[in-house]
Amino acid sequence: MLVRAARREVARRGPHQQITGPELEDLAYQAAGDALLAIMQKIGQFRGESRFTTWAYKFVVFEVSAKIGRHFWRNPARSPDAEDWDRLPDRFGFDPARGSEWRDLLGAVRRAVETELTPRQREVFVAIVLNDVPLDALVVKLGSNRDAIYKTMFDARRKLRAALAANGYLNDEKSRRS
Amino acid sequence: MNGWTSLDRFLRTDPRDVGCAEAIAMLHVYVDLVTTGPPVQERYPGIAAHLRACGPCGEDFEGLLATVEGTGSPENAARTLRGLLAVVRGEED
Repeated sequence: MLVRAARREVARRGPHQQITGPELEDLAYQAAGDALLAIMQKIGQFRGESRFTTWAYKFVVFEVSAKIGRHFWRNPARSPDAEDWDRLPDRFGFDPARGSEWRDLLGAVRRAVETELTPRQREVFVAIVLNDVPLDALVVKLGSNRDAIYKTMFDARRKLRAALAANGYLNDEKSRRS
Repeated sequence: MNGWTSLDRFLRTDPRDVGCAEAIAMLHVYVDLVTTGPPVQERYPGIAAHLRACGPCGEDFEGLLATVEGTGSPENAARTLRGLLAVVRGEED
């Protein structure tokens, strides 16, 4: 039953992660096994706030998440550190043909990243935004946890928005422009 | 969605956002409420805000919801529950 749930969840996420065939099956079995261990260890914490099955399946989903995060680094070509700022327009879907409209804005984003963020915030921003590293994969790389990385990124986003707004680059009128 | 809107949404933060730890801790409760119909976003606005903003937690939410809905009938859920309890009690491997 846990294997079935894990297999379904891995298959649901697999196409985006380029995980197929035996690797996908192996990941599902590992996730189900580790989920069962987690359920057995934490069963005393179940307080009846939800159906037991929903509580139990949660561990399957979390194990699949964590294993897919680790799987990302199996490709040795992936690096969280390279800074390719030319990717930024494509990352946010800016139209290359209208570069004159957004070049100044993205220059301001880069300056704000370099001057407003702490080294840790900058490291996380570069990995997630410029290098498209999934947050769970970055957690593995930095030996951190999802909550801490999310909070770091949350604070970075807030700082960048404030800096861009203070310099007149981002406001409600510009946000609505086509 | 154009680049301006996309960047604006990315940088926008919701002060109600509870973060990953609280969202993860309550995810099973949240998913059950979603499947049973009460207006869960009004009851847990901080979790709803977080699931909208956090890619991994949003993915976990979608995954758990799909799993719960995918188990189908109450009989299937009951079978799963019996099986899990049997394993936890050491009645089978």
